[in-house]
Amino acid sequence: MLAYVLRKLAYGGLTVLGVLLLIFVIFFAMARPDDVARRALGEKAQGAQIEKWKAKHGYDKPLWPTLAKPGGSLLQAHYVSLLSFEFGNSDLNDSPIGTTIRDGMGASLALTIPMFLSGLVLGLVLALFVAFFRETYIDTMGVFLCVLGMSVSILIYIIGSQFVFAKMLRWFPISGFDTDVIADGNWNLLLRFLALPVTVGVLSSFGGDTRFYRTVFVEEVNRDYVRTARAKGAGEMRVMLRHVLRNAMIPILTRVVVAIPFLFTGSLLLEAFFGIPGLGSITVDAIAGNDFSVLRVMVYIFALLFILAQIATDISYTLVDPRVRLE
Amino acid sequence: MSEFLLEVQDLVTSFPGSGSERARVVDGVSFNIRPGEVMALVGESGCGKSVSALSLLRLVPKPGAIESGSVLLDGKDILSLSVPDMRKVRGHEMSMIFQEPMTSLNPVVRVGDQVVEAIRLHEDVSVKAARSRTLELFKQVRIPDPEVRLDAYPHHLSGGLKQRIMIAMALATRPKLIIADEPTTALDVTIQAQILSLLRQLQQELDTAVLLITHDLGVVNELADRISVMYAGRIVEQGDRREVLANPGHPYTRGLLRSMPGLGRPGEPLAEISGMVPAPADWPRGCRFCTRCSEVLDICESEVPARRRLSLTHHVACHAVEATE
Amino acid sequence: MESWMVSNLVVAVLLVGGAWIAVAVSRHDIWRAAVQQVWKRRPGAVLVVCVYVLLALLDSVAWRGNVDTGSDVVAQHEAVTLLERLFGDAQEKSYSAPLADIEFYDHSPLKHPGSHLFGTDILGGDVFLMTLKGARVALLIGGLTSLIAIPLALLFGIPAGYFGKRIDDVVFFIMSTLASIPTLLLLISITVALGRSTLVVCFALAVTSWVGFCRIARGETMKLREMDYVHAARLMGASETTIILRHILPNLMHLVVITFVLMFSGLVLSEAVLAWLGIGVNGSWGLMIAKAKDELSRDPAVWWNVGGAGVGLFGLLLAVNFLGDAVRDALDPRTRKES
Repeated sequence: MLAYVLRKLAYGGLTVLGVLLLIFVIFFAMARPDDVARRALGEKAQGAQIEKWKAKHGYDKPLWPTLAKPGGSLLQAHYVSLLSFEFGNSDLNDSPIGTTIRDGMGASLALTIPMFLSGLVLGLVLALFVAFFRETYIDTMGVFLCVLGMSVSILIYIIGSQFVFAKMLRWFPISGFDTDVIADGNWNLLLRFLALPVTVGVLSSFGGDTRFYRTVFVEEVNRDYVRTARAKGAGEMRVMLRHVLRNAMIPILTRVVVAIPFLFTGSLLLEAFFGIPGLGSITVDAIAGNDFSVLRVMVYIFALLFILAQIATDISYTLVDPRVRLE
Repeated sequence: MSEFLLEVQDLVTSFPGSGSERARVVDGVSFNIRPGEVMALVGESGCGKSVSALSLLRLVPKPGAIESGSVLLDGKDILSLSVPDMRKVRGHEMSMIFQEPMTSLNPVVRVGDQVVEAIRLHEDVSVKAARSRTLELFKQVRIPDPEVRLDAYPHHLSGGLKQRIMIAMALATRPKLIIADEPTTALDVTIQAQILSLLRQLQQELDTAVLLITHDLGVVNELADRISVMYAGRIVEQGDRREVLANPGHPYTRGLLRSMPGLGRPGEPLAEISGMVPAPADWPRGCRFCTRCSEVLDICESEVPARRRLSLTHHVACHAVEATE
Repeated sequence: MESWMVSNLVVAVLLVGGAWIAVAVSRHDIWRAAVQQVWKRRPGAVLVVCVYVLLALLDSVAWRGNVDTGSDVVAQHEAVTLLERLFGDAQEKSYSAPLADIEFYDHSPLKHPGSHLFGTDILGGDVFLMTLKGARVALLIGGLTSLIAIPLALLFGIPAGYFGKRIDDVVFFIMSTLASIPTLLLLISITVALGRSTLVVCFALAVTSWVGFCRIARGETMKLREMDYVHAARLMGASETTIILRHILPNLMHLVVITFVLMFSGLVLSEAVLAWLGIGVNGSWGLMIAKAKDELSRDPAVWWNVGGAGVGLFGLLLAVNFLGDAVRDALDPRTRKES
């Protein structure tokens, strides 16, 4: 078991190094420091100005290490800074990136955790319900509604719900958030701020998820061991919950982890639209301001989270599926 | 009370066909089983044997459905039971052993727990008591190292061991009738013999009635008291094992016997029945075997043959056979 | 050569290519049966997709002249597409509600009262026409991206699956690295770093979407490699290249088609998100929706812009999603056996 975990961790570490290389290629080789400086200073910037800007923000080094001079390249600085979590200051406003991210974490999690959990539970329950009534009109209707939901852009969900529930009906604030409410424990206010974005977030991923879970359930229901369970005298409920759900957890687990980056995708837009000052909003601001220093760190952090989640799934497989071998 | 444990009368089970008509995969099947008796249901694949068996448990997969007929177990009408009452019959009074031990066990549940579940679904006993009963069952079906196997997962076990687990599960609550659907087909030949002798021993020890479904007349010869030969959804011949094997009335039975090495007459070349069972949509109007029969008459194509008695315990549905009584 | 000429040329190539594919499909029983099955199961979805394709083609054929542009000198030198010609000149001064006779805010009479089915936008452009024109952009995004992503995926996936060992390790590492970065962030990073253009957006979408397909191609190739007919071909002395081209690649084609259809809606949805972030493609529905955030907060709200784009996007995606299911059921051997 330990060897298995260690091997997964080692491969994860290797992937992190690969991700860092990819980030470097995108943000240093595709967009060269000179271009970055010019974007920050304007097209008419003079050579001296550019050099000064590059020196100030630490871009005044050769891109790649050479045999003659292996140290002191941007590549090395990039790896060192991200791997040691010394993110430095923003190119745009010199604020420390590490602090900005730490401050944004709470608001992001306040949005994504309830969204993730309620979406998962709701999707699973509805998929079980639809699979229970497979090959009836309830099933057909359910699948149809799922495809309908999948075909609407998340932008439409956001704009539409803001327009209807916040602007016309005035049930919720259009947008806004207060990081203090978490510290104060003012749950009522928190709920008012989060109700709409959470609902929209669940709604936007709901169709695709439910349809996927249903497919998995229906596939499992037709397997031989389910027939055995019925022949033993197990009721439909017991068959679904004890036998089908347990086997279906294996593909579902994969899907749920793969959904974690998509979770962020959704929350990026949700945070920006609903004015929640989390990591998503920070990213959107960085895009608007061409702030590569922040964007880089964001990509790195989310890739890191994703890789960790991946390792967690691999380990949880061994708990759910006895057939996974540990060698 | 009748002398029979199970009485199946004119059972019809159908599946949606290509057109609007439903294909009757099981078309008017009748047979009886006495307590403690082994009845073999014999025929090639595609004859409707398995669907007949699943019909008895009311487990025909959707969109198939039982259309008509009656199934009496101990005088109780199975087909009119409520769903919860039917659940009490399954695995309790009547249980089933399936053809594919590889896939018939839940892959993520320990095999011991699967047998424990079968017990606790029908009897109000503690997990501990059910577990010790399971251990006894494992010993009874001759599983080596039964204590260790209790906590094994299906993928740890060989096909033969899995089938022993399935048998243990079927025996768990001492049912009056066990349906064994091709219990040895998926196994290696050496394992087949072991499982067969186990089934015979257990059947004699426990005096359980068995409905044995097979295409293998060798298996029938080993186990069965009586034989029903099924072809294309209908029973074409029925009788005591000795009578049917020694004096087969239906050309299909004769064909099956001739194609069995060791069971036909010595010295005769091994024969085969030409062609294969047609799909339900192509079943002929008269005798369904007429497309493959070597002794076909004009009447066979247009009229369904009636049942003719050859003896008190042996009857055949064939136009070419003269009734003796 | 100017862009409208390229566009005309592409249309010609597409028409010839389409005809060639139609002939090829009708000659192969499996493909013809699949097409018939899809048509039988989802005739509505097929028709809707055809309408979108037709609109896109109409909007891709353009030429200069023969249009009354009045005193606008610049406009005289611009090519006008067939679709725009069919609708004629529908320019107004500013916002007007659907089928209105007067402008929305200053109530002055319109040039073409009652003719704007979806109203007009801030510059007086006909929203209905813009919505129709969005079809071309959406199909361009989906098509161009697939054109980059699918060959890329095959190029990496087949050797990885076929040769295994080192090649497989390297490809697998590349895939897991790319898959570790959340799609949208990778998309944004590439688009921001390379600058904003249609080609860059499609390239970025291709980079993020090829991994999934590469994984499928790799897995399927591994399976095909062990097939008896591949062994037989090798015994008869066929070279690895011949085996890949003649025995592996043709047996991946059904997966290519399934993936293309299933991938499509995700690509168009992603572009909409990029558009809102300010890095989308000009003229896309995503951009129309993105602009609507401010328009909805006007008082009274301007809703028809987002409405038109929303309907255009929803209609295409719904049809493609339903089509995707039917195509998969018709072509995937796993589901084909059951039906």
